[in-house]
Amino acid sequence: MLKGLHGRKGIQMVLALASGILFGVLLQKGGATEYDVIIGQLLLSDFTVLKIMLSAVVVGTVGVHLLKSLGLAELHPKPGSAGQSIVGSLIFGLGFATLGYCPGTVAGAVGQGSLDALVGGVVGILIGAGIFAALYPRLQRGILSKGNFGDVTLPRLFGVNEWIIVAPVVVLIVLLLRWLERAGF
Amino acid sequence: MERWSPYVVGAGIGVLSWLTFLLSDKPLGCSTAFARTSGMIEKLFRGPAVAEKPYYKKFAPEIDWEWMLVFGIVIGAFVSARISGTFEMRWVPALWAAHFGTAVLPRFLVALLGGVFMGLGARWAGGCTSGHGISGTLQLAVSSWIVAIGMFVGGIAAAHVIFRLIAA
Repeated sequence: MLKGLHGRKGIQMVLALASGILFGVLLQKGGATEYDVIIGQLLLSDFTVLKIMLSAVVVGTVGVHLLKSLGLAELHPKPGSAGQSIVGSLIFGLGFATLGYCPGTVAGAVGQGSLDALVGGVVGILIGAGIFAALYPRLQRGILSKGNFGDVTLPRLFGVNEWIIVAPVVVLIVLLLRWLERAGF
Repeated sequence: MERWSPYVVGAGIGVLSWLTFLLSDKPLGCSTAFARTSGMIEKLFRGPAVAEKPYYKKFAPEIDWEWMLVFGIVIGAFVSARISGTFEMRWVPALWAAHFGTAVLPRFLVALLGGVFMGLGARWAGGCTSGHGISGTLQLAVSSWIVAIGMFVGGIAAAHVIFRLIAA
């Protein structure tokens, strides 16, 4: 673990900016910052977004679990509950299709000159996040705590070594991608 | 080349996630930066008491690692678009124009509304397409697999209603 490096705030801010720039270049070059590409994915006519996400997950899963096995990285799985994960993701999906960008790609869309992303999307997301912050105490006591399952990962859920889950997940995603290509998507 | 293969781009994002876990102990994510910014703007108007709100106690309204990441995305996409010669100030995307026309106001209002749902939903679910969809699923987090599937189920359903029913 590079604990020393993780604690150095100034360097971390520079690393974050550099990671963001690289992320932005990749998203833009992949076409994921385009409204038409994102809506094409949701209309199931253009599978670019899914191909990008699934190949990122394949490469990321193997590498990050390798780093973890070597003691070089720690995982930070997010907690969830039925009321949080299912309801929240469906509201997000509604926004995804209505806006046509997500919080990362909207930033990339702003960078490539999409004014609907800047004046509509970014402002809307800020308002939506503000509404959530205002509702949070009430939601937290109610729906967000319904069906809580915490920050469990699949390997912990099944009580097995993580590679027993990593291997089939990676194989299944690769097979799915290959099927998408063969089907002509 | 204007576009790269989605597999090259995806693999690049995967490698980037190794680097952020290794060098910064952080998963890639974007939506808390918007929540923090929202708090910072509210603080400008309503004073320091805003930081005492329960949600901003959890996510302080300040510039942090993830905020710099999102700022970097804007720069990276700008540089990439300029180099590729695709940078263009544009209000209405082509696919929108083909279904709903080229008027700016309707697109602006729908984008604003979509943004509100997205901001609300991303914070409700605890993350977005990068935080849950990529970084969370690659950690094999149960919450992230549920959220990633839910985002696409909701998005696919809503996109079909908007483009196949409303636009038709």
